[in-house]
Amino acid sequence: MTLEVIGISVLWLFLFGYIIIASIDFGAGFFNAYSLYRGKQHILTKIIQRYLSPVWEVTNVFLVFFFVGIVGFFPKTAYFYGTTLLVPVSIAIILLAIRGSYYAFTTYGGLKQKIYVFLYGVSGLFIPASLSIVISISEGGFVTLEQTGPVLDYLKLFTSPLSWSIVVLSLTAVLYISAVFLTWYADHANDIEATELMRKYSLIWAGPCILTATGIIVEMHGHNHEHYTRLIHLWWLFAFSLILFVGTVYLLWKRIRYGLAFGLLTGQFALAFFAYGISHYPYLLYPHLTIYDGFTNEAMATALIFAFLAGLALLIPSLILLLRLFLFNKEYVQGKQSNHP
Amino acid sequence: MGNEEAVFFSRVLTEMTLSFHIIYATIGVGIPLMIMMAQWVGIKKQDEHYILLARRWTRGYVITVAVGVVTGTAIGLQLSLLWPNFMELAGNVIALPLFMETFAFFFEAIFLGIYLYTWDRFENQKKHLLLLIPVALGASFSAIFITIVNAFMNAPQGFDIVDGHLVNIKPLLAMFNPAMPTKVAHVLVSAYMTSAFVLASIAAFRLLKGSNHLYHKKALFFTMKVGLIFTIATVIIGDFSGKYLAEYQPEKLAAAEWHFDTEGKAPLILYGILEDGEVKYALKIPFALSILAHGIPSYEVVGLNDFKKDETPPLYIHYLFDAMVTIGMLMLVLSIAFIAGLWRKWTFISSKWYRSLIVIGGPLSILAIEAGWWLDEVGRQPWVLRGIMKTKDAATSSGQVDTMLILFAGLYIILGIGSIIVLSRMFRKNTIEQELADRVTEEAGELD
Repeated sequence: MTLEVIGISVLWLFLFGYIIIASIDFGAGFFNAYSLYRGKQHILTKIIQRYLSPVWEVTNVFLVFFFVGIVGFFPKTAYFYGTTLLVPVSIAIILLAIRGSYYAFTTYGGLKQKIYVFLYGVSGLFIPASLSIVISISEGGFVTLEQTGPVLDYLKLFTSPLSWSIVVLSLTAVLYISAVFLTWYADHANDIEATELMRKYSLIWAGPCILTATGIIVEMHGHNHEHYTRLIHLWWLFAFSLILFVGTVYLLWKRIRYGLAFGLLTGQFALAFFAYGISHYPYLLYPHLTIYDGFTNEAMATALIFAFLAGLALLIPSLILLLRLFLFNKEYVQGKQSNHP
Repeated sequence: MGNEEAVFFSRVLTEMTLSFHIIYATIGVGIPLMIMMAQWVGIKKQDEHYILLARRWTRGYVITVAVGVVTGTAIGLQLSLLWPNFMELAGNVIALPLFMETFAFFFEAIFLGIYLYTWDRFENQKKHLLLLIPVALGASFSAIFITIVNAFMNAPQGFDIVDGHLVNIKPLLAMFNPAMPTKVAHVLVSAYMTSAFVLASIAAFRLLKGSNHLYHKKALFFTMKVGLIFTIATVIIGDFSGKYLAEYQPEKLAAAEWHFDTEGKAPLILYGILEDGEVKYALKIPFALSILAHGIPSYEVVGLNDFKKDETPPLYIHYLFDAMVTIGMLMLVLSIAFIAGLWRKWTFISSKWYRSLIVIGGPLSILAIEAGWWLDEVGRQPWVLRGIMKTKDAATSSGQVDTMLILFAGLYIILGIGSIIVLSRMFRKNTIEQELADRVTEEAGELD
């Protein structure tokens, strides 16, 4: 395995981590707001609050880790993506900033108005939508190299069926992932009413999620044929992913083993995400930038990998401690311990 | 939008983000240490008041940390969005500390979550205190790593450029550059100092507003004492920073001190105005610049006239230096007088006017931090990477920076106002008198 491949694999893994835990977070915000609107807030809010409170800051770090890491391992991405992504990423930052800080303001600071709950819920859907634009751009066809530097063609981007299908997939995936997780979490807390509601939401969003995912492959056929061919080549990974999807839905339907259901879901998304990533290889940005010509020097790459291993040795035990105290601790999950400051 | 405009707006936007972020970042670095010390004293002395200090500070800290995290994410991404050419080069040489900073941040975030939700969960309070150590360490190491990147921008090393290509890259050598020791130390101790004075300012404000509670008096004494220690440290390290500048960035020192002709026995110029190249109405301290630069009065300090005109920073940075040093000295005197006054039983330290001065000291300290960072950043101009890359060559070619500037200005207004409202409501609704009374009823309830 070359240093380039190690680098991109590590980053891809962290991006996957971000997608899963951020989806839970974004979706939870949306379901919370929706239940308030439907007058069912009493069912969901406590469960959602109890999960989100100790982990919201950690979610953000996964994203920071990814973008700092990619500029470290592949400095040329700063040039290509930095220049072209100014507007969509700025919008995502602003939404993330308002969402994150107003979460703290309402949770710890006692701002209680309904309007914040709605803003919080809706902003959680706009963020994945604006971040998913990065994926569309990486498919090529939207960036041209002018004399002054790379330029993004907004008209083409906003009229492209591919970019809209990716946006829609990001939304359905957020809602589906979050609903399945919260079903398990609520069940873990022995909260029957919340479990039933979240189970219903999971089953509602399962179909749209898998449909939009399939739709992307179809759109890819027309947009980037080279990538499409490579995707099809990895059909077996997608087939495994589909089997896991069916498993999740079956368990939810039968009302059994919600923990396993969420595990299968993670597997489903991991397989699809990595199949997509592998088929994207070697391009970081079609057709301008590959992981080989965008790579940093050997000395830096080695140093980064060492730092990464040392960092992991510190992080993994800490993360396990966090999960044991708040996710796998029945007393906490069931709300028998509050202990907030 | 032409390139010049893109550079201009990129600079304004970066300056705005950093100026806003640094307030929350500085507090975020210093407060965990303050909480740790207060909780430690509380456990040692079995003093409820100190424990409550730690507890109440933690509540406020969560709010500032939230804004610090999101604005930190903003500046992290803006570096690539606004300065893609710089980041492409920097990514090759100085990515290591940036990467390590995310780990420090990760570590801090995880343990902050744990610390927050485990009050009263442990029989032995010291165990809970232990959880705060990674938070404080993570916060300080974030500051160290990020400051290393900034030090590298001032004194780049650890690579060679041959025919426009980067070769011989040594990531560790780039990290341990000459600017790093003084800069890192200065940023850390001034953050601890500022946090102490911000907290002192709150305690003094409460006392001024009529509360005569022992809790606030203890808080004031504790924070002023800690503040004094770190102010002394800041002054000493500031002196070393002067010596670093004289050796490695003489043009920055010369511009900040309005030192035009190379000469020995150079005086330090404070305040004053420039009229046709003449310094007027200034306070001149004989030999002081030579001493600041090298420790001996006869040392020859290089003047601005010895540098190329297009490679020196703007002269207004002199006032930034003045503001930083003046506030630092003021806080030194204020805290010395306070501690001495407690010891010698001087009554004026409990007077209204003295407490008002301490109240103003908090915001002033933050202003000094701002002035210090502006001095550092503007004083490096026209370079983004001193001697290697000019700021004008580093910026994005995008035409939408001005619109983004407006959007981000709106964001910072919302976050600024929001955090102030939330923080003041939090403590006004739940005063210390109220909280102590609540705890008594709670405990009585538990005994029943």
